[in-house]
Amino acid sequence: MNSKVADRIATTIFYLIAATIVTVLVGLLGYIIFHGFSKLNLDFLTSPSSSFRAGGGIGNQLFNSFYILFLTMVFTVPLGLGGGIYMAEYARPGRLTNAIRTCIEVLASLPSIVIGMFGLLMFVNLTGWGYSILGGALALTVFNLPVMVRVCEDALRTVARDQKEASLALGITHWHTIKTVLLPAAFPSILTGAILASGRVFGEAAALLFTAGLTTPTLDFYNWNPFDSTSPLNIFRPAETLAVHIWAVNTQGLIPDVREVADGSSAVLIISVLIFNLLARWIGSVVHKKITASK
Amino acid sequence: MGQAIATPAAEKSVFDIKNLNLWYGKNLALKDIDFTIYNNEITAIIGPSGCGKSTFIKTLNLMIQNIPGVRMSGEINYEQTNLLNDRVDLVDLRKKVGMVFQKANPFPKSIYENVAYGPKIHGMKKKGKLDEIVERSLRDVFLWDEVKDRLNTSALGLSGGQQQRLCIARAIATKPDVILMDEPTSALDPISTIKIEELALELKKNYSIVMVTHNMQQAARVSDRTAFFLMGELIEYDQTNKIFSAPSDKRTEDYVTGRFG
Repeated sequence: MNSKVADRIATTIFYLIAATIVTVLVGLLGYIIFHGFSKLNLDFLTSPSSSFRAGGGIGNQLFNSFYILFLTMVFTVPLGLGGGIYMAEYARPGRLTNAIRTCIEVLASLPSIVIGMFGLLMFVNLTGWGYSILGGALALTVFNLPVMVRVCEDALRTVARDQKEASLALGITHWHTIKTVLLPAAFPSILTGAILASGRVFGEAAALLFTAGLTTPTLDFYNWNPFDSTSPLNIFRPAETLAVHIWAVNTQGLIPDVREVADGSSAVLIISVLIFNLLARWIGSVVHKKITASK
Repeated sequence: MGQAIATPAAEKSVFDIKNLNLWYGKNLALKDIDFTIYNNEITAIIGPSGCGKSTFIKTLNLMIQNIPGVRMSGEINYEQTNLLNDRVDLVDLRKKVGMVFQKANPFPKSIYENVAYGPKIHGMKKKGKLDEIVERSLRDVFLWDEVKDRLNTSALGLSGGQQQRLCIARAIATKPDVILMDEPTSALDPISTIKIEELALELKKNYSIVMVTHNMQQAARVSDRTAFFLMGELIEYDQTNKIFSAPSDKRTEDYVTGRFG
């Protein structure tokens, strides 16, 4: 077989593989959105879910998902940034650093149900909080932190070394160099990474089953006092998120319209994640242009 | 330029280096270097790859200390302080001893921000004064007329030669005494190279310049004195015209006549 034929065959094979992947993904996405889209209306998105009768919504679940996501990012971003800066700028090559890196990698690939069980022990039982938003957010922090550290470390490392040298050679201290040269240059990638991680957190269910729980108390959306038990902002109340809701209605739902609710919720979930991804790209490029002053 | 008769004023030294040894781990990279760098001159450092010339220039602002595993002994005297013994404030040192790198490395910020960066962080807050510094620095490197209408656009949009001049402007914005140039033209086209060389000749009126170069013609064209390094040793250091016309060491002669290297 001559090399031109081989080249043509290889090209064809790669096109076929790509086509298969795209077909599967588009098919899946299309299926979920096609089935769920008709369920989407304001009422479904805002009304509370019902336990027995048909016609319940996902209002509380949607709120819970965003609230837990928000808290998780509040914990993860500063910690991840700190860890990433340490790993990229301060950690000296050696055994300790290698050990830390291995830990981060293991933690990043830990099955989320294991994190859920760990969360149950730590944030539910040991603390005595019971199922709570805070417990859920902390479990998700454990889930998300290794990824954030990696994102920040990689983003800082990809800033060209000569930029750093230029700053140090001007007599700028290490910390100032990190603050004024490295972080701004790394910011678009860090932001993109954080938003993509948000998508992962948003769709996570297993880590929340035993930490944030499967129920949501009756919420009064006019009560914004975070210490009140009916307030949506109360971090010590249990909270079922959207992803958990999909699992729950499918396995133990007593409502007659299980299928509709599950389809609608899945569509909302996947559209949200899609929006996160598009936002990540868009904001990333806008910020990059702004920071580098390029057009 | 080579035969510039040293006037007493020009004979003042900025760096006085005695017995400098430098190790990377166990490798001795610089051996017993004795070296004096004079005020308002261009000192060229030549030698084949791996001879230690880049290592040497990075000792002068202690940038070499960023490399893990570096040890030094001897004396690097700058303004009556031994950089190796006394506690040196790196911020002060590097304000006084600026550096320009092989590859132009402007920050991905605007042209203005690039030049204003050093003075700003060193405490210059006033907008008017900063504007003045930026304009003066850019004029000094003959870049002002080319960029004055687009100071707020990205520095990355400039050509390679312009970027390198911007980096020089950034270095002189902190008002240094010495400018270290580590192969400043090796990534540039011939016309940009000539511009940088002319600029160096202009700048030596106010600054002392140490220039590592791969290009012997460059050393011959611009420098007052030339030092030849080989395998970590300073083989010969003299007036540039002497090095290129009548070197005392055989190895120098072999190198400058292109017999090796």
